[in-house]
Amino acid sequence: MVESVPLSWRLQRQRYNLIGTRCATCDERFFPPRNFCPSCRRKGKIEPFQFSGRGSVESFTVIRVAPSGFESQTPYAVGIIKLDEGTSISGQIVGDVTRVEMGKRVRPVFRRIREDGKEGVIHYGVKWALEG
Amino acid sequence: MTSLGIVGYGAYVPRFRISVEEIARVWGEDAETIKNGLGVQEKSVPDKDEDTITIAVEAGKNALARAGISPRTVGALYVGSESHPYAVKPSGTVVGEALDLGTDLMVADFEFACKAGTAAMQCCYGLVKAGVIDYGLAIGADTSQGRPGDMLEYTASAGGAAFVIGKDPLAELETTCSYTTDTSDFWRREGADYPSHGARFTGKPAYFHHVTQATQLLLGKLGLKPADFTAAVFHMPNGKFPTAAAAGLGFTPAQLERSLVVRRIGNTYSGSSLLGLTNVLDAAKPGDRILLTSYGSGAGSDAFSFLVTDRIIERRDKAPATEAYIQDKQHIDYGTYVRLRRKLKV
Ligand SMILES: [Zn+2]
Repeated sequence: MVESVPLSWRLQRQRYNLIGTRCATCDERFFPPRNFCPSCRRKGKIEPFQFSGRGSVESFTVIRVAPSGFESQTPYAVGIIKLDEGTSISGQIVGDVTRVEMGKRVRPVFRRIREDGKEGVIHYGVKWALEG
Repeated sequence: MTSLGIVGYGAYVPRFRISVEEIARVWGEDAETIKNGLGVQEKSVPDKDEDTITIAVEAGKNALARAGISPRTVGALYVGSESHPYAVKPSGTVVGEALDLGTDLMVADFEFACKAGTAAMQCCYGLVKAGVIDYGLAIGADTSQGRPGDMLEYTASAGGAAFVIGKDPLAELETTCSYTTDTSDFWRREGADYPSHGARFTGKPAYFHHVTQATQLLLGKLGLKPADFTAAVFHMPNGKFPTAAAAGLGFTPAQLERSLVVRRIGNTYSGSSLLGLTNVLDAAKPGDRILLTSYGSGAGSDAFSFLVTDRIIERRDKAPATEAYIQDKQHIDYGTYVRLRRKLKV
């Protein structure tokens, strides 16, 4: 699937800098950003929140047969990362897949996400690297 | 006069390494002869999702962390590389947004073979000195490639370094100058996958002449001699050239030693002399004077003199040391290397 350039551009700043939201009333954090707090509902006060991106691997799986646009990256690990600042986020875990383990500490890194063929746009964003 | 120079610096080197032994095994060459000839043991290899832009962002993050400034106060971003991912669309546009530098920002990509990063530093220095901007971010980064079987394959590697240039520096920039001529020692035509070079090694009229001339020009301007410097850093196409250039100019092996990161990561092109500088800064003391001379084929050299200030002590540990990146490594075999570098055209 080739993602449209305008859609990708709107999501870009959020994708590059892990900008989510936080409910000022109950302190719950959201990524991707939500503009409505499901707990506080109408009493919720939503504001932007920048995550540091540090956390640990909550679960992961190794992709060996990849969708279009990701073929050149196999094998690669995708996982759920439990962020230190609350909430979990899914994403790719970079490097040698044999080193990935549940509970391992991760930090965010800026990488190529996908390219639209040899002549298309290159999409960049945050992935996770194992610490140490 | 207010002192200007490097406010923060940052390094980045990809994690994978391939050894000279492993490459020599594939091509049936003698590894010991090559290691001795080049003064390189292994080189860094980027992961499949790393490129000049991602390396520039990681180095830039580290430079901003050391500078301790808001990213939005950076007024100019110049990224120097000979492996920009796009032929048309500046790497700096992505790097600037990824580092959250805002939109009130001058951006351009620089190209001058391996000295595009130091050219970026000179431009930032000029803009800050003229009072046009408060801070400039200069980055040199590359993911360079040698043709399979070519000698360059043993050294062409990946890495980068970034420098925030502004007031209240951790290393004052005393002065800078360049020496430039039209010399075709190494080139790559638009659309070609790999570079071509004039000979197996491009020594005397190219590297040595330009590095020596630029350094002597700088020493003359400042009225300094090699003994006035604590450390010297030269562009490192291999481990031998900088050693010979330093000796020819009258610098001692001890002055050069710490900069020679090339032995363990190879030639990171636009990142090469700059990663030598970040490694020297990691161990520098207030009062140290550091010489930096880059080299870019084509050809030219940029020379700088830096005077380390007290600020180095409080800022140094705010980002990972160059040595931390050099030591955090994983060796790969040639098959993996080919796949990572997409050398097999499918
Ligand atoms: Zn709430």
